[in-house]
Amino acid sequence: MASLETIEQALEKVKDPEIPVLTIKDLGVLRGLERSLDGKLKVIITPTYSGCPAMYTIEQQIKQVLSRLGEDAVSIETRLDPAWTTDWMTEEAKQKLQDFGIAPPEGSSADKRALFGEERQVTCPYCKSRNTFMKSQFGSTACKSLYQCKDCGEPFDYFKCL
Amino acid sequence: MEQEKQKAALNLSLVMGDNALILGHRLSEWCGHGPILEQDIALSNIALDLIGQARLWLSHAGKLQGGKSEDDLAYHRDVFDFHNFQMVETPNGHWGTTLLRQFVYDAWHHAMLQKLVLAQDEDIAGIARKSLKEVNYHLRWSSEWVIRLGDGTEESGAKMQEAYADVWPYVGELLQKDTWLTELEQLIPGFQADEIISLWWKTVREVFSQANLSSEPMDWLYRKGHLGHHTEHLGYILAEMQFLPRAYPDATW
Ligand SMILES: [Zn+2]
Repeated sequence: MASLETIEQALEKVKDPEIPVLTIKDLGVLRGLERSLDGKLKVIITPTYSGCPAMYTIEQQIKQVLSRLGEDAVSIETRLDPAWTTDWMTEEAKQKLQDFGIAPPEGSSADKRALFGEERQVTCPYCKSRNTFMKSQFGSTACKSLYQCKDCGEPFDYFKCL
Repeated sequence: MEQEKQKAALNLSLVMGDNALILGHRLSEWCGHGPILEQDIALSNIALDLIGQARLWLSHAGKLQGGKSEDDLAYHRDVFDFHNFQMVETPNGHWGTTLLRQFVYDAWHHAMLQKLVLAQDEDIAGIARKSLKEVNYHLRWSSEWVIRLGDGTEESGAKMQEAYADVWPYVGELLQKDTWLTELEQLIPGFQADEIISLWWKTVREVFSQANLSSEPMDWLYRKGHLGHHTEHLGYILAEMQFLPRAYPDATW
């Protein structure tokens, strides 16, 4: 029986299939590991968005990684509450996103803007200009918006605050 | 008392779940047909959020019904067992009609969730907290579009007014103090249905005035979708949505 520490390390290999530079730990999708008295292992995860299609793949990958450690009777629990927030993303994760060409979430999800609040100022991940604008609130996946840089002209994804 | 709470929780989960499922299905029909790529993607993302939320609500409803699954509820009920509003099953019409329907629904959805996060039932409050974060984005997007089109060119303004005539008769159902809504006082201390209704009006008035849309009173059609009274359109939606799991009950992928 592998220790929880070994298991946690192994789970670091599980990446978000849509953003392959981030692990489920970086994202804050992995919420916990529990071993019950009878030896059963439970992995607790939380979805980024309720309809996130990556969750199924993530579950499959978790099972695969753990079965290599001889853990076959794993249950995966999806826990909704507290709801996932971009605030759980580590600084390291934000840096990885930036290097990958996705602007990381800026500010905290807690700052509630009015219905038509100012658009957030987002830094271009390529030339670091702040002179950017939102082209579309919804991007290639539920968690991103589409922005464009007015200085270098590049369109880019912004990981929006949730 | 416990029994009344259970009943309230079940009715609520079915209304929320079925609305999200049917509207999500309708919006998914736009996938690949949007006017421009970005907006095609936006609607598909909203559809995905709604179907994700439908899974949460229907799973909860299934649990309250003694262990049914979300799939049992989505695929193995007939028209008269669906609790969604008639508005969400109406055909998409043109872009403006879809947008206006979306906006009035988002405004309602947003108002509802703001109250449901206060529920004492942790499952319901949890689903609501998760959904509210997503619906914030939906409402902002649909509001901006209603304003852009309503206050846009002469043609877009006229089309929005036309959309208003198509959508408005169905709005009444969102604003009725029906039993499923008033019985929420079982779940949320101090709940008042009027608050949902006035929150909805506040958002709608604000956006309509910016969009230069006139909201002349019009008679509501009100046929109690939440009690299983539906338009002919729902049957066609279910025929498409339920075909596969009914024809091939063991299919997996
Ligand atoms: Zn740039």
